[in-house]
Amino acid sequence: MQDNVNDAPANAHAPGVDIIAQNVVKIFGEGAGQVRALDDVSVTIHENEFFTLLGPSGCGKTTLLRLIAGFDHPTSGTIRLEGQDISHLPPYKRPVNTVFQNYALFPHMTVAQNIGFGLEMLGRSNSDVADVVDKMLALVRMGELRDRRTDQISGGQQQRVALARALAPRPKVLLLDEPLSALDYKLRKDMQIELKRLQHETGITFIFVTHDQEEALTMSDRIAVMSRGQILQIGSPRQIYDHPAERFVADFIGDTNFLIADVTSSAGGKARLLLSSGREVNADLPEGMTPSGRVTAVVRPEHATLVTPGEGELDGMLENVVYLGTDTHYHLKLSDNAPFVVRSQNQRNEDEVFAVGETVGIALESDSLQVLRD
Amino acid sequence: MTSSSNNDPSVFAEQLAVRRHWLLCAPALTVLFLAASGPLLIVLVYSFLESGEYGGVVWKPSVDAWFRVVFQRDIFDDTLSLADAHLKILWRSMRLSFFTTITTLILGFPTAYFIATRPQNSRNIWLFMVTVPFWTNLLIRTFAIMEVIRNEGMINTLLIFIGVIDAPVQMMNTDFAIMVGMTYVYLPLMVLPLYAAMERLDFSLVEAAYDLYATRLKVLWRVIIPLVRPGVVAGSILVFIPALGAFVTPRVLGGGKKMMLGNLIELQFGAGRNWPLGAALSITLLAVVMVALLVYVRTVQKNAELQR
Amino acid sequence: MNILSMKPKTFSLRYQPGFTIIALACFFMLYAPIVTLVIYSFNAGKYISIWEGFSLQWYVSAWNNEIVQDATIRSLVLALQASLYSTVLATMAALGTTRIRPFRGLTAIYAMINQPLMVPEIVTAVALLILFAMIKVATGVQGLFYLVAAHTAFCIPFAYLPIRARLEGMDLTLETAAADLYATPWMTFRRVTLPLMWPGIIAGAMLAFVISLDDIVITEFVKSAGQETLPTYMLGQLRRIITPEINAISTVLLAISLLVVSFFFVVSHKRD
Repeated sequence: MQDNVNDAPANAHAPGVDIIAQNVVKIFGEGAGQVRALDDVSVTIHENEFFTLLGPSGCGKTTLLRLIAGFDHPTSGTIRLEGQDISHLPPYKRPVNTVFQNYALFPHMTVAQNIGFGLEMLGRSNSDVADVVDKMLALVRMGELRDRRTDQISGGQQQRVALARALAPRPKVLLLDEPLSALDYKLRKDMQIELKRLQHETGITFIFVTHDQEEALTMSDRIAVMSRGQILQIGSPRQIYDHPAERFVADFIGDTNFLIADVTSSAGGKARLLLSSGREVNADLPEGMTPSGRVTAVVRPEHATLVTPGEGELDGMLENVVYLGTDTHYHLKLSDNAPFVVRSQNQRNEDEVFAVGETVGIALESDSLQVLRD
Repeated sequence: MTSSSNNDPSVFAEQLAVRRHWLLCAPALTVLFLAASGPLLIVLVYSFLESGEYGGVVWKPSVDAWFRVVFQRDIFDDTLSLADAHLKILWRSMRLSFFTTITTLILGFPTAYFIATRPQNSRNIWLFMVTVPFWTNLLIRTFAIMEVIRNEGMINTLLIFIGVIDAPVQMMNTDFAIMVGMTYVYLPLMVLPLYAAMERLDFSLVEAAYDLYATRLKVLWRVIIPLVRPGVVAGSILVFIPALGAFVTPRVLGGGKKMMLGNLIELQFGAGRNWPLGAALSITLLAVVMVALLVYVRTVQKNAELQR
Repeated sequence: MNILSMKPKTFSLRYQPGFTIIALACFFMLYAPIVTLVIYSFNAGKYISIWEGFSLQWYVSAWNNEIVQDATIRSLVLALQASLYSTVLATMAALGTTRIRPFRGLTAIYAMINQPLMVPEIVTAVALLILFAMIKVATGVQGLFYLVAAHTAFCIPFAYLPIRARLEGMDLTLETAAADLYATPWMTFRRVTLPLMWPGIIAGAMLAFVISLDDIVITEFVKSAGQETLPTYMLGQLRRIITPEINAISTVLLAISLLVVSFFFVVSHKRD
């Protein structure tokens, strides 16, 4: 199944639902300098879900996060937490905690004091706070650093402290604002696994903001792809990758080949497409779309293989071969001059079969085409 | 497109925040208005009143004070002439302030450069050495320089001792003494902004200049000085303005004989008993300073535009 | 010695001929008179330029001088009050001018706060003389109040600058983080903002203290008869025959300033 773009719920109090944003608009500035950071965004995030807001910088993902945290308030629309309207509550009255991009650890407090801060503000007893701090330190494996100042620990350690600090009050929802962007590659990979583990162990809803598609695909239960203040598509990583509904989504996530084709018939979410080569193929349609005439379809480079001319669905001229170790990318030009890339996994002691300048055939895996909503 | 002006709660919150910030500033602004800015208006008013016989003013409008800034009326035959004494003092104030600025620049530029090119850890110590005189009592520093240039002071004693001169050279109570004193007390004011500009100097630009065949002198003239120009302007203004209004240094080192504008103003409120004239002279001083500040702001803006 | 070596043997990017000599001469020039002044405060003789042996007698005589005692106490009381009031006002103003998008009137506020730094002291002094004379005639109120008010006003910009610098260097997300962790605005201020701006406040208070302690022009004009502070007392003495007692008083004042400024330097250069 595929989530609808406008999945505003009929029943706002449905069990298992944590956060509902409904028709949220956020405008910054006044007059001519107005910026529409969020343009009528509706989204439902379920309990115990690892939900990712993915998009390029300026797409509104951080704004949405800040609205949920309460650092900003929507210009119009509502945000509900477990059915309660929290749109205009100040951040300190929301059971929602944030892991900041720069961690925002208090420099005048120790690691333990940082982690205990939220509980202290909630008025918990000292022994309670100490208990939870110890548990949190164990959870993020930082026990031995409890009395260090936060500027005396490494970036990765600061990251863990920030996580522990945000988790310590046991929020209903944990917001993570590109928390891994300041870490180097190796550490980032480790933290991705660590975050999944923490989410699993604590059972807290995670809302994760990133511009890194790989990060989003690896970690999320569901992803919302955003652009220019709007959510374009919501779905599982596999749905987003295999069935992109919009050109932007297809382009932003992974490498994609775009094909212009004519619809000959459609039924039951499938369509027959007439390609520029004159051959017909099957393709998936976005939900609720009944296309006609000319459409754009996408196919991932790994779902195509090079064959002898005439044997595949398409023909093209091989322009460039890029060897990448695990893969080889073949850059081709189709008969209608559109570019096309084929990716094939390398085998040991393989000989180059195709030479640059040659005309080759391209075979598409069955069921590998997706029509875009244009 | 919906308007975000009136019904948007976040705009309302921002207006509240602005009001809160104004309220936080209000007490300081009130004190500053009552005991710093506001009284300047009274000075302006006083400059247009008649002088009282024993100081103070008579509440009658008059431009006599302003007239007297430049002209004087002969006591006996009522003829007009230029107020030589005033003009001389005005001219001395301008001249000494200008030369003090130049001297501090010539001395301060290499000093700031020296500090800025020290290694990071010793740099702070050198900077501290400039900061200390800056924060020590101006009177004490003036007194200290007086000790050096007095007839019985360090320089004269030393020169007589080694036999260069027989009798002490009179340095006190001269323009020279005032200039030496002002250079001494205002030097840190020149060094600090120069240093601030040089600290930011990107030495890879110097590298690039040398790479492109510039000599040391060319590097200094064509690269370093243009880049630290804002610091040069800031330092010059910081020295020129207090020098123009100097009061303590000329009083101690000029010995009442060589007056500057500040001393002339004081005189009108003391023995001179002409408060309106004192007020008019104060406004004159203020006006010159404002012009200097305007020039400064213009230069800074131009520089900012150039760097854009 | 390394820094005295004239021309480096290898090519140095930073070297400029003659600069080091001028710089070192400047440092000598800055310190030699002050050092001499301090040395002669320990002179046994009664002249400030003829050395007659070591003695602390001028410190003793200054200590026993009732006018000096009186002026010292007044200077300290004045400086303490002025620095306290100006620091409180400046702290509020610093909070009011930072951590917000520039709003209309902000430039005017800056100009107002920095005004004492731009207007020549003698002009402000004259202005206050006139104003306070009017008030004194109208109300008959005398006392240290006028000096306190004047000092508080011109100390505000000095206290304000380090506090604002501190606030501007502060990471705003720290306050956001505190709010996120259930701290009310007041708790955020008390537990996060205030502790973080504290070094700036200390630095500002110390600068204000030194500035008030050293002020002479405005004090000279505003003080009533019998309201001598140490600097105005010394200014009066410089017209007479000077004994090393003045050197002794100067040395003590210098020591206080040095102490406060050193402390300021340590606080404001502390990294955290």
